[in-house]
Amino acid sequence: MTQPIIQLKGFDKFFGDFAALSQVDLDIKTGEFFSLLGPSGCGKTTLLRSIAGFETPSAGSLYIDGKTMEGVPANKRPTNMVFQSYAIFPHMSVAENVAYGLKARRLPKAEITTRVAEAIAMVGLEGFGGRASHALSGGQRQRVALARALVLKPRVLLLDEPLSALDKKLREQMQSELRRLQRAVGITFVLVTHDQEEALTMSDRIAVMFDGKIAQVATPQALYGQPCSRRVANFIGMMNFLDAKILSTSGDTVEVDVQSLGKLSLSLSQATGGIEGCNSAGVRPEMLTILTGSQTAEREIEAVVSEVFYYGDMTYYDVRLPFKEEPITITMRNTAGRTVLAVGENARVGWSASSLLLLR
Amino acid sequence: MLGRGHFFKWYMGIFLVFLYAPAILLPVFAFNDSSVVSFPLKGFTTKWFAVLQTTDSLHVAVRNSLMIAVTTAIFSTLFGVLAARASTRFSFPGRRSIMGFIMLPMVLPEIIIGVSLLVVIIQMGFELSLWSIILGHILICTPFCIAILSSAFMNLDQSLEEASFDLGQTRWNTFWLVILPLVMPGIVASLLIAFTISLDEFIIAFFLAGTEPTLPVYIWGQLRFPQKLPSLMALGTILLVLSISLLLIADYFRRRGVRKTGIENSGGFL
Repeated sequence: MTQPIIQLKGFDKFFGDFAALSQVDLDIKTGEFFSLLGPSGCGKTTLLRSIAGFETPSAGSLYIDGKTMEGVPANKRPTNMVFQSYAIFPHMSVAENVAYGLKARRLPKAEITTRVAEAIAMVGLEGFGGRASHALSGGQRQRVALARALVLKPRVLLLDEPLSALDKKLREQMQSELRRLQRAVGITFVLVTHDQEEALTMSDRIAVMFDGKIAQVATPQALYGQPCSRRVANFIGMMNFLDAKILSTSGDTVEVDVQSLGKLSLSLSQATGGIEGCNSAGVRPEMLTILTGSQTAEREIEAVVSEVFYYGDMTYYDVRLPFKEEPITITMRNTAGRTVLAVGENARVGWSASSLLLLR
Repeated sequence: MLGRGHFFKWYMGIFLVFLYAPAILLPVFAFNDSSVVSFPLKGFTTKWFAVLQTTDSLHVAVRNSLMIAVTTAIFSTLFGVLAARASTRFSFPGRRSIMGFIMLPMVLPEIIIGVSLLVVIIQMGFELSLWSIILGHILICTPFCIAILSSAFMNLDQSLEEASFDLGQTRWNTFWLVILPLVMPGIVASLLIAFTISLDEFIIAFFLAGTEPTLPVYIWGQLRFPQKLPSLMALGTILLVLSISLLLIADYFRRRGVRKTGIENSGGFL
């Protein structure tokens, strides 16, 4: 395995008494699209700004490309940043904005001209070079900010919530474009976002952060399928939780008593965050089925529909299980011939023991 | 029916007449062909302006005033830039109270500033000169410059500075290439306002003037001679036009700055 491009060891950042980051250890691999995901105030932006050099750590160390960044100011680091506000220089044209970093490096004029033209073309802004930057739309400013950073060929591109200011349609378009751009240039991207969907669709790996600590680092599939805690599971997608009590463990099997479902024996690997302290069983809404007619499932339980949300392609049901107060959610695809149940109807819910996760 | 709207219209009308009618009398009598300033008007003349051209002591006063106003504008704007930059970018203990004390001369009676500066300068054994007037003018102009420049610096998105630094530029160059061009309209506005305030200022100049009078002090001195009154009206007309134009230019630059940084227009003089 090659050496990680970014390495954080025991990284702390205090603002007064407030620990914005505490004991962060993180490796980011060369060439990957990495996302820092978490609710606002979790420290993800502080972490990004620390990598850029705008914050100095209270303790711990940061290595980029194997070199320590201690005492290295932002303008000497092999990183460039796309700011949340884009920070396009309003008194310069698009081309002047893109050329800014190259001029700071005192490159020959001819080289600057060709590289600027390349970068502007790469983000799809051909013909906009002479445009005054305060006359650009949000999406165009975003592209200028990308071109301005990428033209310097940094080792790492840092993106601070770059899509949050765009409307939904443009955001989706820019998501796939960012992905395409990242593959084309092969530069490591580190993206900060609070939008789990954005992180899942774009990233190679995601670090989920809560309260200044990293909760889990994993690929999107692993994060969704094997979350390490209730909190992560709840943040990434939807998850139903049932109280669970570990009765005994022997070898590879765990005996548990699960609310509404009764005593079960599960595999130890279903405790995705470790068996220690597990007190809930989680199941994703799409892992449950509402059985119709003569359909059968591995296991079945009777329930009552308490709420129906019809989305066209999908229907979200809230159903009440015996011995559980809050309803659980089941998502069903509306395939041909399938009738949508009404509130108050009885439903047979099909489930399997292998789709349960044991979490703390 | 006379509604509330009508009442306010009348109120506004009367208010504006009281505010501007005296000032309008200046140009009226400046072009009146009579050495007595009273109605009825006698006829049109420009001879009072010609008199100004040949009065040497006036020319000296104008030169003094221009020298003082230009020097004051430059220094108070320079201090304004430093203070505005410090107060908007850095936080340090006592920042609020320090800024409060710097802004205080704006509301302090000028006669107090004049008297106290006079006492200090005499006590320290300095001669009164144009420089003592400049000192006083810088003191009263700086708060206005800080007020204008603070808004210019505050409107600046801090990530612009970070972006420049991130793109490999030094802090010093960032100031010259990014910050200064964006606050330039504010700097021009500040220079013009300080220039105008200094040019018109009388009380401090009167207290601190040695043997060299400024223009307002000269005008005050001439009021003892009734036959000089029409030519003073002409001089007043020129000053009025000059002051208003400078204020308009200053506000134009302030607005342009606001537009450039893309922030909605709020406040201002006009």
